[in-house]
Amino acid sequence: MLKENGKYEIFRGNKTTKTFSIILTIFTLLLISTPWWLDRSSIRTLTEVMYILALAQMWNLLAGFGGLLSVGQQAFIGIGAYCLVIFSYKLGLNPFLTIPLAGIIALVLAFPLSKIVFRLHGAYFAVGTWVVAETLRLITSNFSWIGAGSGLSITRTMKGIPSWWRESMTLWFAIVVGIGSILLIYYILRSKYGLALRAVRDNEVASKSLGIDVKKVKLYVYLIAAFVTGMIGALIFITKLRVSPEAAYSIDWTTIMFFSVVIGGIGTIEGPIIGTIIYFLIREYLDDYGSWYMIILGIITIFIMIKYPKGIWGSIASRYNIHLFAIKRHIRKR
Amino acid sequence: MMELLNTIIHGLLLGGLYSLFATGLSLSFGIMRMINMAHGDMIILSSYLALAIVIPLGINPFLTLLLVVPIMAVLGYILQKLILNKTLGNDILPPLLVTFGFSIIIQNTLLEIFSADSQGLNAGKIETASIQLTQNISVGFFPVLVMLIAVFVIVALEYLFYKTSLGRNFRATSDDHLTASLMGIDTHKIYSIAMALATAIMAVAGVLLAIRTNFDPSAGPLNLLYAFEVVIIGGLGSLWGTLLAGMILGVSQTIGSYIDPGWGILSGHIMFLVILMFRPQGLFPKTKDR
Amino acid sequence: MKLLTCNNLDAFYGDFQALFGIDFYLNKGETVAIIGSNGASKSTFLKSIMGIIPVRKDAIVYENKSIGGESTHSINRRGITLVPEGRKLFPSLNVEENLLIGTQSQREGTWNLESIYKLFPILKEKRLIPSSSLSGGQQQMVAIGRGLMSNPSILMLDEVSLGLAPVIVKDIYKVLPLIKKEGTTILLVEQDIKQALSVSDRVYCFQEGKISLEGKPRDLNHDQISQAYFGV
Repeated sequence: MLKENGKYEIFRGNKTTKTFSIILTIFTLLLISTPWWLDRSSIRTLTEVMYILALAQMWNLLAGFGGLLSVGQQAFIGIGAYCLVIFSYKLGLNPFLTIPLAGIIALVLAFPLSKIVFRLHGAYFAVGTWVVAETLRLITSNFSWIGAGSGLSITRTMKGIPSWWRESMTLWFAIVVGIGSILLIYYILRSKYGLALRAVRDNEVASKSLGIDVKKVKLYVYLIAAFVTGMIGALIFITKLRVSPEAAYSIDWTTIMFFSVVIGGIGTIEGPIIGTIIYFLIREYLDDYGSWYMIILGIITIFIMIKYPKGIWGSIASRYNIHLFAIKRHIRKR
Repeated sequence: MMELLNTIIHGLLLGGLYSLFATGLSLSFGIMRMINMAHGDMIILSSYLALAIVIPLGINPFLTLLLVVPIMAVLGYILQKLILNKTLGNDILPPLLVTFGFSIIIQNTLLEIFSADSQGLNAGKIETASIQLTQNISVGFFPVLVMLIAVFVIVALEYLFYKTSLGRNFRATSDDHLTASLMGIDTHKIYSIAMALATAIMAVAGVLLAIRTNFDPSAGPLNLLYAFEVVIIGGLGSLWGTLLAGMILGVSQTIGSYIDPGWGILSGHIMFLVILMFRPQGLFPKTKDR
Repeated sequence: MKLLTCNNLDAFYGDFQALFGIDFYLNKGETVAIIGSNGASKSTFLKSIMGIIPVRKDAIVYENKSIGGESTHSINRRGITLVPEGRKLFPSLNVEENLLIGTQSQREGTWNLESIYKLFPILKEKRLIPSSSLSGGQQQMVAIGRGLMSNPSILMLDEVSLGLAPVIVKDIYKVLPLIKKEGTTILLVEQDIKQALSVSDRVYCFQEGKISLEGKPRDLNHDQISQAYFGV
């Protein structure tokens, strides 16, 4: 109605968002080119940054936008990891092809899992997802065919692939997943579905009265997160080459996910990006101090949750009204 | 057949310990609507506290209860008053993440101080003593003692909740904390007292756990899951339901273990998931979760 | 003696202003009624006094002390009790326990279980029954009784007639003069104008967060009240 008025127009982006999208594009191209000029150790770190970023974005999608607090996303990392074991190690499929396959299998398994965990809400849902992850871990530990409790090494899946290719392909897949997850969330939020998502997060009852199918909205979020997290699971263990239930289904993955999201700013796209960077900086700095590094992570989380619950980016963004991604609609006079 | 019966009895008694785990959790959830993600770790912390007292003093582990319970109760009170009360509100995220933070801090601090080695508390003859029930069945004295303590705790809590003014204030705050403060109840103080009470129960559980079995810094989260499963199986609001649910979980685990040692804990999880699927309100729900 | 005064009271829900510069006073022993249409922010006014909505410290003065913005439970402890809109009894507690909840501040006074049961005899019959099983009118009696148990110097009643049959409302309003006789200052917010005017010494009319009329019931005529109420 206003659009046709002629006096006002609705717009989304501004100079900041347009500039940022150019920067992001250049940065991505740079990233893709690194195998030709960066050293191998840095490439490995970049790969890790990319997949942790993706994990953080997915957890943010669930908790920050979907209102689904999951402490059990490691279930899908484990599923992805064991897809790698079953399809690449046991059945000989190219490990890089297993990545999308792992995503699909995680997606398929997420259907029945959602039926169970969606029986619970709020904090109960959170612990319920953890139980599911633990159950999967224990089931996996009981099958010696896939290495049982002690796990197995899957280096032979890489036989015949030169190491430069292996590390480059891994990086490129990680970039697809990492930058891809940013774009995925961006497009979701810009869509009608994204509006519904944010409405549900803000006020479930009001959303229902507007005809939004809350159950479906939440299910889709859960499925999308499962899909991407499953792929990441396979990717992670391509870099580690040793899979054990303990490592694949570890609660530590959740710790990293929520740390990155909370420190950066839950419920924003920029937040997990910043949070991931900070996580890596802290890790680099404190790597030598063993358990102290985890203790400090815990203390920082508590401090941020109490003092700056919007996270670093969230606090800055709301104060200075900066947005790097053009999602919100605004009205201005022509 | 006899073995199976023994297994079941063993599971029932294990339920006593599990119901102790769950009672502390359901107290904090019932009154503060908050799940303490460090619940299991605080139980283990109590175990280590007991260890720290026993090593230099060499006393009987049961005596450590006299120190561990008050220390943990004070710790719980302070944590709630200084940190957790600040996180309460409509958003469930802050208390969850803050307590998750506690969990990480406790686990890693214990790791730094005590290393990852498995530890245990020796209570002497009581650990292996048994009571002969019939010609073929005997039960361990210690598991029976744990069950009796669990029952005692529940009886004491029922008395507190239904026969004292503090209990009345707990129930009112749990029903409607806004109206409770209208009536002059300092709800933040109520939360701190509730947390102290819950932590005291966790302390008892921790000491008994340490006597019963070995423990290490990473053993916490599993206890949280057990406590949680018991609360869900039992349903909210019923203390005796928690005891029964603890026994159901215990029996699931021991029967699972009996079939195949690798399936013990898993059977418990599966029993929980099945009940969640088909009776999400729990087996003995008393109140509706608001 | 002015027991409670409000000076230029503003109240906000986030960015939305609900009360605009309210000047108000309560004399000791008075019964004052606040009338006004829905959304006039009458309940908001009571909530500001109780500290549920933050206000400037000096906006509310009680017994010569500035209490604006204090925590709800400490305002209650000072002697101001609100019987909230919708009764808000505690479902886990029975009738007697609900009444006993009111004794947090342990103030001395005429109100105790015995005197409350004398005021509302039906409650004594039902004392051990869960409060949720009672009828609307009986629940309102429990809510008022609960408020009285704190022996407040100011008893505030928020829409006690809401959702009740006229016959029940009459019974409840019969009780107010008895409460007043004991010396309690009463402030009531009421949609039922007739009842409000019949028991009060003074009346204020709120309209869209401002006071549109103030006076004694016998001095005000029907037209004045309609005007102030609807703001036409």
